[in-house]
Amino acid sequence: MVKQAEKYVTAPHLASREDFLTTRLDSLVNYFQNWSRKNSLWPLPFATACCGIELMATAASRYDLARFGAEVMRFSPRQADLLICAGRVGIKMMPVLQRIYMQMCEPKWVISMGACACTGGVFDVYATVQGIDQFMPVDVYVPGCPPRPETLIQGVMAIQRIVEREGIRSSQERGKGYQLAIQETYGLNVSQTEKTGGQVH
Amino acid sequence: MSTEQVIQVLQERFPGIDFAPRPLVATRKVTTDQICVRIPPDRLVEVMTFLRDDERTRFEQLCDLTCVDYLQFPGATDRYGVTYSLLSLTHNHRLWAKCFVNDPDPEVPTVTGVWPGANWMEREVYDMYGVRFTGHPDLRRILTWDGFKSYPLRKDYPRTGLGEREDYPTLTRESS
Repeated sequence: MVKQAEKYVTAPHLASREDFLTTRLDSLVNYFQNWSRKNSLWPLPFATACCGIELMATAASRYDLARFGAEVMRFSPRQADLLICAGRVGIKMMPVLQRIYMQMCEPKWVISMGACACTGGVFDVYATVQGIDQFMPVDVYVPGCPPRPETLIQGVMAIQRIVEREGIRSSQERGKGYQLAIQETYGLNVSQTEKTGGQVH
Repeated sequence: MSTEQVIQVLQERFPGIDFAPRPLVATRKVTTDQICVRIPPDRLVEVMTFLRDDERTRFEQLCDLTCVDYLQFPGATDRYGVTYSLLSLTHNHRLWAKCFVNDPDPEVPTVTGVWPGANWMEREVYDMYGVRFTGHPDLRRILTWDGFKSYPLRKDYPRTGLGEREDYPTLTRESS
């Protein structure tokens, strides 16, 4: 009996089988956790422009975001796990957005909705952020100006796939994220301005 | 009382100042209903107080206070034209007034003592053009963010800025 127990402890193949069982159990629990998590996303609408109207339309009865379990719009970052940034963000607004992101509890995800939030859109001016991903992490980009509700739903479904794949892993474990290289975008038109010399047209 | 009569009153009261009526839009040749007078900066508060208090003028309301940058404008001699739009609710007449200042240190006396509503409008002009209002109770930037150094509505400021929108702290997944 003692011999058998020693054998059990020391035998490498048996120990690995036990580990194998634990891993299977863990992944099973994780699977159900992720399944429930992805079907109960609580979005925080950070709607600053016309994309916000489409966001409201997505949440309303015709497109019905509730079909994807994401109908509980939370206006407190403490209660939300999905930040939907809908609309243009000025430099003066950026610290607010960053503060809201930091206040959200892990795990958390970010959708950058619309051309302005993704790239600055047509607002290529000194005061507008040329894409919020330059200053904070973004998981899913939703294109459009503004995106139709179907497009936003596709973005939410992409978030659901990410949640299913990564689940409870915190943002730190997810790695460095999608930091873009910040290029100088302001130098492009300076020569043009000098050419016209600020002439009044 | 028409605007011409208001200007006549001004000329009688302040004979030292040239109150020649001009068109508000400088490229217009004909003086139409929008008549503008020039006021030198050193006598601005005196003239404005008279315009508000005198029985014949009674400009109780400052409708707007803004600025124009006349950099390389054809025929312009001064750079910044601080523009005042006055309205008399009693007599139902209007008057535009401009006060011209120049680089390197554009300074205009504040009219917050005459019309308290000028406070935020002067802050906006200071924010966008860099015209300082001497005697202003709270001359801070109002629209752009703290740490912004430029004056974006000046004609020699590039539309895409001088790198202010890139120079900003970045939030990563590790740092949050």
